[in-house]
This record gives sequence, structure tokens and C-alpha cells, in this order.
Amino acid sequence: MINSSSSKKHGTDQQEISGPTAKSQRAQMGKPEESENKKRLKDVEISVPIVFGNAAFWLGKKASDYQSHKWTVYVRGATNEDLSVVVKRAVFQLHSSFNNPTRVVESAPFELSESGWGEFEIAITLYFHSDVCEKPLNLFHHLKLYPEDESGPMSTKKPVVVEFYDEIVFTEPSESFLARVQNHPAVTFPRLPAGFTLPPPVPIEDESKRNRGDTKDHPLSQWFLNFSEADELLQLAAARQQVQAHIAKLRRQISMIDGQNQQLKPPSDQ
Amino acid sequence: MDAKDILGLPKTPLAITQEKKTRPQRDSQRKPDGIAREVYALTGGLAPLMPSIDASELKRRPPSSEKITWQWLPFPRSALKDNLQLYHWVRVVNGVPPAGDYSFAKYNKSVEVIRYTDEEYEKYLSDPAWTKEETDRLFDLCEQFDLRFIIIADRLLTLRTVEELKDRYYSVSRAILSSRASSSGEVAGHPLVKEPYNVSQETERKRALSMVLSQTRHQERKDAEVLAEAKRITESRMAARVAEEPNLPVTLDICPESTERDIVLGDTISPPNVQVPSAAVASSTTMMADNTSTLASLRMLWVHLRTYALEQMVQAASSSAGLRTIKRVEQALQDLGVDLKPKVPTKAVCAEHLELRKEILTLLNLQKQLQYKEAEGSSFHDSSYVDMPVTPKDRTFVPDTISFGGDRLGKREQKRKGPGRASETPSSPAHKRPRKLKASDL
Repeated sequence: MINSSSSKKHGTDQQEISGPTAKSQRAQMGKPEESENKKRLKDVEISVPIVFGNAAFWLGKKASDYQSHKWTVYVRGATNEDLSVVVKRAVFQLHSSFNNPTRVVESAPFELSESGWGEFEIAITLYFHSDVCEKPLNLFHHLKLYPEDESGPMSTKKPVVVEFYDEIVFTEPSESFLARVQNHPAVTFPRLPAGFTLPPPVPIEDESKRNRGDTKDHPLSQWFLNFSEADELLQLAAARQQVQAHIAKLRRQISMIDGQNQQLKPPSDQ
Repeated sequence: MDAKDILGLPKTPLAITQEKKTRPQRDSQRKPDGIAREVYALTGGLAPLMPSIDASELKRRPPSSEKITWQWLPFPRSALKDNLQLYHWVRVVNGVPPAGDYSFAKYNKSVEVIRYTDEEYEKYLSDPAWTKEETDRLFDLCEQFDLRFIIIADRLLTLRTVEELKDRYYSVSRAILSSRASSSGEVAGHPLVKEPYNVSQETERKRALSMVLSQTRHQERKDAEVLAEAKRITESRMAARVAEEPNLPVTLDICPESTERDIVLGDTISPPNVQVPSAAVASSTTMMADNTSTLASLRMLWVHLRTYALEQMVQAASSSAGLRTIKRVEQALQDLGVDLKPKVPTKAVCAEHLELRKEILTLLNLQKQLQYKEAEGSSFHDSSYVDMPVTPKDRTFVPDTISFGGDRLGKREQKRKGPGRASETPSSPAHKRPRKLKASDL
């Protein structure tokens, strides 16, 4: 667990973890954390909705054989909030033909821009803060540069954008994590078990001191897709209704036939 | 042999001599002396490697040098303190009865019950719940019945539980021992002092034991499931921990007796701080509920993506279905206009999606059931077969229904289809509307 390198950007976050713990971590380099802040809540899960994908601009006249597109692959909060409350850093693993194919992004916004000509799978590994989760999470995104409609004209103004919505689910979050992100907009806070109270969150430092990690005013934000769960829920509800109606009909038919079969049965069977 | 007779071929002299040779050999193997042939066959037809009884011994007579008689003699009961005289048969050799005490006298042990004096009672042993007479009586009974508390509990006139009696007896004995000992070190090794009797623990233990003994079969199965699940989770947890953090100990709480009977499996499987030996885990023979075991394995991951979780649950739900059924479910989803993998997988959406899939499975099962029933109906009523025209709209939901059966049945089927179809039309506009919305959104 390397705390010293990331302590600058996430200084505020790290300081929210109580002082003595941070010091002892530096003192015991490489030793796993003791269970001081590790009290975990079972049957509670906390989720962070994210969107990941890429936006690719065709370079038009400036395109060369090997650099036809300029693309950005990113992981952002679904509502464009700052993910650095949860994510410590993101590692993008590119195609081996790139220089230094392992790109590490230490702060939000977690994105990587490059230029190239080919589509390939990018492995994104998200590392979380130590009080969040010790295990990293892997995402896979297939970089898309060319529009679906191959015959259509390629425009330098409008990018090809492919995004996927997903949610990072943390099972059994620790109390310290829950306390820290209590009121943060990037996190879907769960309902706590009855009677459970969290310590009040440590006040965050003045935002202007920290670099902004949210993507609300990101240059690409006009291209971001909207994901509405309402539509999906409507669709599913309608489908379920239909299926349920059919089930009821079938059940009626079956009971009718059962009745008929009873009448039809030859006397020897009864 | 018969064939050769029929053919008229002469029996070769070589064959005959061979047969005659082998037969006597086999006979001699079969019939050992001393035991009847059938009895020998009981042992499997083979002689034992080590002769258990020498066959010659079986016919031996007892040595005639000694003169054995059996006499009815009184026996010395040194253990008895009264004058009761009992008799038994004794093997007398040459007129000399066997010497020594009664051979079973050594088993007549009794418990050493410590008795107290009255002063000791005043000083150390008075207790608000017990009178002196009762305590005296208790100790008398203990001595008489060798600390068989269940009997003592019946004999004592006051109503006391066995645990209360034990508690009183052991605490009194402990107190006396410690007071009589010159130093505490002397009696520290004495079992009475070393392990005090714990009333509450004993009551609890006995209650739990009776609960376990009186479990119904249903509860037994549930417990076995819980334990099997717990075992699986510890094992997979162990693997996960060994891979990542070898320093953290893995603990598991397995106390089926003290859990409530109607706990969902997911709630009991969690690592609290109590360490209980997992040797109590039953062998995993029972099937787990798919959903709860997937939930448990997801929980172990610490972090995962919602889409991954949905995949696992979908797999679990359709684990009992064949490939064809899965394809049909997916086809049904497509026909309903639902994405196979939801575009916005929030918790609510994933739950709805899963439920929808399960309902489609139920629907398919019901359709199959209907087919069987109709086939049954046709076997009772032999008539011409009637093929029902199936409209494309119906195809998804009633794909393979072909109605068998007679005119009567056929007419009924047709009648049913009518209102059925009518009821479908109101839903199809609704079905169409969300689709239209989606197109405009994009």
C-alpha cells in the first residue's frame, strides 16, 4: 500500500482516516493494516454507479496512417461526480504496440487520451483507497473508433462515443468507509441496519484547494450519454405484466384440462 | 460329451483319463475331515489360513486327571456390610473350592462424598436458598445413591432441578475442601476446585441438547444445508485469504442450536469474532438454494460489478434448465423488447430483470405442463387430431401447443383461444408503447 505518493492529491481524504493510523502505516511499510478501522458491516452493501467508455474523434485532414483518431478512454461517476472519494488510481492497460502500455492515472478525472488507428480491448484496473477495499477491480472496454454505420461520413466535430453503465458494489463495507462517504454524491448510500449510527463525517477541506475531480464541466461532457433507470424499469415492468398475464391464462387452462381429464378417465383407473 | 455321442465319434481315451484324474483331486479338496461338507461350505469353501480350532481338539475329552464337580456354595461378599448370604454355583476342582475374594468385589466402588460438621456449615456454607436440613438430606442422598443426581432429584421432597442440586453439592464440597486445606496450593489440583460447576452453562447446554434431539427432519435438513454452506464459504474464503492476506485468521460461527429456525441462509453465513471448531460441519450432501449461495459467493469478493453479479444470478437461476430452455428464455426476452443485459443495471433494475427471467421460466414450464396434460387428455379420448392455427403474435408465448383430443375438447380449446386472444390485444399496445418511446429517445 503506497500512501506517500498519493497523499498529495488525496491529502484530504487520507487525513480523514485518523492520524495515528496513517503514521503507523508509513512506519510498517508493506505490513497489512491492523483491524483498528476494519469493523465491517455485514448484510450492507454500498454501490458506486459509474460509466466507463471512450470518445473518439476522427482527425480528418490531419489524420495519418498510424494516427487517424484521437481518443479518450475514461471512467467517470454516473452523475459526473468525483470518483476519487472511492478510487485511489486507475491503471489503463493498452495494446502492446503503444509506448508504455501501462498507464497509471493517479487522480480524477480518471481518463487517458491517446491517438491511434486501431480498436482493441483496454483493461482498466481500479484501485481503491485502503479503507474501501484492498482488492482492485477490473473492467474491460473495447475501444471504438469507427461509427456503427460504416458507410456514413466521418466527422471531425462529432466523436464516436461508446459508454457502459455499471455499478461497483462493495460488500461488507467498513465503518470508516461508510462514515467517510456518508454524504458524498458519487456514492449510493445503503440503508443501515436499524439503530445503527455512524460517526459524523470529518469536514472536507475547502474545495478550491483541491483539484476538481468531477466531470460535470468536462470538455467531453456534452457527448456523455444519459442513463435513466426509469426507462428500463418501465420496460421491465411492462414485460413482467405480460408474462404474468400469460402465466395466469396457462394456469386456468391447465386446471380446466385437469377437470376434463378427471371426467374422461376410464373407470378402471379411478 | 453329448455332442460326441450324437455324432458317434469315439471318446478319445485321453479325455476320459483326464476327467477321471481331475475328479478325485477335486473331491479330496472339498471334503476336509472333522467337519461336515455343508458346514465347510459356510466358510466359503476355502480353508482358513490359520486354523482357528484344531479339528482334533473338538473331540477331545476334558483331562480325566482332575475331578470336577459343581457345588452350590455361599460366596463371600466383602462389599456387603450386612448379613445377607448369597449362593451361587462354583466349579470345584478335586474338592477344593476356589480361593480368594469374590472376583467381582473389586468393582464395588463408591464415591467419596465429603461430609461437613455443623460448625463448618455455620462458617462457610450457609446459603439463602438452602436450609441446613435440606443440605444435610442432599448429602445423605448423594452418599446413598453415589451422586446419581437424577435419582436424588426424585428423592428429595422439595422440588429442585438437577442443576440446582449439582450446583449446591459442588459449591459446598469446594468450600469445605478449600477451608480444610492448609494452603490453597494444595487443593488447586483437586478436580472439584479446578473446574467449578457452572449452573447457567449447564442449563443452557441441556436445553440446547434437547432442542437438537427434538429437531424435526425439516430442521435437520436445514441445519445440514447451513453447515454445508458454511463449510463451502470457509473453504473458498481460505483460498481467497491465502492468496491475498495470509495474516488474517478465518473464523466461522457455527452454532445451529442457538440460531433461530427461520433465518435466511444468507444472514447466518458471516464471519463474526467467535472461533468455533469447524469440525462440527456436516458433510455437504444437500442442495443449496441457488440464490443464497450466489449471494454468499459474491459477498466474498469484497468488490464486484453489478453486471457480474447479475450474470452469476442468472446463471444460478437457469442452472437447472437445459441449453434449449435458456435460448427460449432469451428469445422471449427479445420478443418482449427487453435487453438481454440491461443497459442501466442498477440494483432495482437487476432485481426486476432477474424476476422477469424467472417468470419466463415458469411460463415455459407451464406451457410444457399444458402440453402434457393435453396429451394425457387425448389418450383418454381417442379421436381425430386437430391442428390449431398458431398466429405469429401468439408464437412467443404459446409456441408448441397443438391441441389433441376430440371434437368436444377441440371446440373448448377454440373457445378459450378467443377470449385469450382478446386479452392479449390490450397488452400489446402497451407492449408497443415502450418500444416507441425508446426509439424516440435515441
